Amino acid sequence: MPFWGLILAAVLFILGVAGLVARRNLLIMLVSIEVMLNAAGLAFIAAASAWAQPDGQVMFLFILAVAAAEVAVGLALVLQLHHLTESVDADAASRMKG
Amino acid sequence: MPVLFGFAAIIAVIATALALTRLNAVHALLYLIPSLLAVAVAIYALGAPYLAALEVIIYAGAIMVLFIFVTMMLNLGDAALRQERAWQPGRGWIGPGILAGLLLACFLWILIAAPPLAAAHHLGPAAVASRLLSTYIVGVELASMLLMGAVVAAYHLGFGLQRKQSKGAGRGQA
Amino acid sequence: MSLLWLIPALPFASSFVLLVAGRALGKRAAAWLACLAILASFLFSLVVSLRLFSLPAGAAFTQVVWHWINVAGFQPRVALYLDALAAVMILVVTFVSFLIHVYSTQFMLDSEGYERFFAYMNLFVASMLTLVLADNLLLLLLGWEGVGLCSYLLIGFWYQDEANGLAGRKAFIVTRVGDTAFILGLLLLFNRLGTLDIQPLLQRAAARWHPGAAVAEVAAFLLLGGAVGKSAQFPLQTWLPDAMAGPTPTSALIHAATMVTAGVYLIARTHVLFALAPAALMAVAVVGLVTLLLAGCSALAQHDIKRILAYSTISQIGYMFLALGVGAWSAAIFHLVTHAFFKALLFLAAGVMIQAMHEEHDIFRMGGLRRRLPLAFWCFVFAGASLAGLPLLTAGFYSKDLIVWSSWSSPLGSVGLWIGALIGAFLTALYIFRLIFTVFYGPGPERHLSHLPGPLEQWPMIVLGYLSMLAGFIYVPGALPFHFTARAVGPGELGSEIVAGAVFFAGVYVIYLFTLQRPSLTDALMAGASPRRLRDFWFADWGMDWLYDRALVRPTIRMARAGKADVADRAFTGIAAAAQALNRALAPTESGLARRYAGWIAAGAFALILIAVLR
Repeated sequence: MPFWGLILAAVLFILGVAGLVARRNLLIMLVSIEVMLNAAGLAFIAAASAWAQPDGQVMFLFILAVAAAEVAVGLALVLQLHHLTESVDADAASRMKG
Repeated sequence: MPVLFGFAAIIAVIATALALTRLNAVHALLYLIPSLLAVAVAIYALGAPYLAALEVIIYAGAIMVLFIFVTMMLNLGDAALRQERAWQPGRGWIGPGILAGLLLACFLWILIAAPPLAAAHHLGPAAVASRLLSTYIVGVELASMLLMGAVVAAYHLGFGLQRKQSKGAGRGQA
Repeated sequence: MSLLWLIPALPFASSFVLLVAGRALGKRAAAWLACLAILASFLFSLVVSLRLFSLPAGAAFTQVVWHWINVAGFQPRVALYLDALAAVMILVVTFVSFLIHVYSTQFMLDSEGYERFFAYMNLFVASMLTLVLADNLLLLLLGWEGVGLCSYLLIGFWYQDEANGLAGRKAFIVTRVGDTAFILGLLLLFNRLGTLDIQPLLQRAAARWHPGAAVAEVAAFLLLGGAVGKSAQFPLQTWLPDAMAGPTPTSALIHAATMVTAGVYLIARTHVLFALAPAALMAVAVVGLVTLLLAGCSALAQHDIKRILAYSTISQIGYMFLALGVGAWSAAIFHLVTHAFFKALLFLAAGVMIQAMHEEHDIFRMGGLRRRLPLAFWCFVFAGASLAGLPLLTAGFYSKDLIVWSSWSSPLGSVGLWIGALIGAFLTALYIFRLIFTVFYGPGPERHLSHLPGPLEQWPMIVLGYLSMLAGFIYVPGALPFHFTARAVGPGELGSEIVAGAVFFAGVYVIYLFTLQRPSLTDALMAGASPRRLRDFWFADWGMDWLYDRALVRPTIRMARAGKADVADRAFTGIAAAAQALNRALAPTESGLARRYAGWIAAGAFALILIAVLR
């Protein structure tokens, strides 16, 4: 069963990657990132379950903390960008091109 | 247990796929929540009840709620919907789709070619806690510092915004 | 005698001080320091020379200052050698330098870089004194290079004008050709004789080599090459007319009185070696003759006053080379001394006139200056007469006619050389009096004169004027209480002198006819196409600049340009071009869109995983 856990983690992860690259709305992009983090954590738990070591679960806890922090700051940045460009378009912030 | 796990897995995948293809941001978030709950069930099925609970409480309960708060605050409205229709990837899914497919193929190959894994072991809160608060105590401290940093950063990033908004409002700007 | 080292050392020291702290000292202090250093050098030269002359003839003195190099039997020392030849040279160099320095303190007052000028002039004098007093050829080479450097620095003194820098570069490069020959000669001499100390070298050469030995000929030819370059003789004379771009005191000192005579000094110093190489000696005479005729013709076609004087210098040094070539060593040195006086005076007077006429150099735009600049007029008359050889009254007559006579009477001389020298004297009278009549007589532009010469400019000119007249009497028997040598004048020499005097008067009369009395003759002469073509040919220095440009300069530049893009260069520029192409290819990926970046990260992660998996 941990094997299938890993498969599930892989599927969720690639779904997140596809969503990140394909969508233009910043909020959906952040959601994709959360999905990816979640998938990575699931992989850790599957590993912990397979090897009977709680270290994997500890890693998932840290991932949770990191995801929380990242979401907080990320959403604040989205608010700033929205104030600047009146939209949540990811492509609006492309002045650093070339 | 395996059945539970399979059921939860299917729901998680479908919900995530739906979440990432919605036009309305709020709908996407709302679809994500059952995805996370399903993942929590899958975690439970893998023998990590403590973390399943944490997944629900923190991930679905705090992070997603924060998301929803901010989305509501942004108050995107109909204009945003129309914009989303214009931004609809459509053919834009092909590239990421290929990339995702290749990546999935890679993962599957690694997993299938690897030596078989054992069955699920149950590791309760006690096991987690004993490991967390002894070997990884430094990590705990670092995580708490990280969270504090995030709070400060979010505060500052938001505070400036508030000032700008109030100034703008004072001058009669939107 | 132990004061000998001070003679070059004082100008070196003052030059160093002026280079380092010149600006801080200010114009007045810099001028005083420079002139005092040269004056001290002159006084010390006087002291040691008088001491030397009180000793029996042929005496010499060596002072070792320090041991320079000591490598595998090669042991040149920094040592100074004083004999009669060196004593004459240092007296002339220091005295004329002193007068020119005093003149420059006033002349260069308006120019920028006043202190730098005196630093370079002092450095020059110090190098020239080192050259003259050197005990061995390596130290002589040091002085040789030093004067070359100072010549370059001073020609391009007003460096803001690019043309001056180019003239300095031309001078340096052309003399470098000669210097290369000189260095090769030194290498050959050291290889065969084992020493570069001059006196031992000459003794060994005389002992080991018979006259006409191949190695002696080659060595002498190589040394001749160096002398030709430095003294602006044919075929390396093209740099001297362009060197007139420098300040007039520089032209007076370096390119008239001292540096260009270094070649003459070198041959005179090593004359034992040249005596062993008759072919080289004949080449010296031929070079001298050809040069004096070529330069005389070129001077006749110029209209820039300083260029006329430059060609005149080339021509007069040709006389010195002619004298050396027929073995009349002391006649050459005598002419060197008198030439220093009158040529320096000519340049100083020309400088006064140029400044007075608002930096005008063209003689046809000057005129009637006889009454407006009387001092310059009389200086030109005395010096010009000395140059052309006015009989009996001028120093130039005695020295030049000694050379003219020697070119026939000497065992190595011939009638052909004598006639050539006389033609040269005719040309000399023509060009210098053409200059005098054009500039000082006739109608002139109604222009207000700008700078009239001040006392510091006048007194050096007056002193040089007297010397141009009187310096010749040193060599005439019975004229003065003391004489260098007692000489009897035979009938042959008297006859030659009469002919030379006649040539002088003929030349002056001809040019007077063509310039002042009946200028229509000149117009009639110049109306034809061939006289004009000839004049243009002589104006362009017999086409030598054109020849060198086509034959040497342009191919070199073409080769250099081709070499800039050759295979080795392409390899390096290719790397740069490849980097730029890569940049241009990759720049579009920096689109600024975060999603694309995320996609690329995912793709990269995929690639890495693939690599890890496939291994």
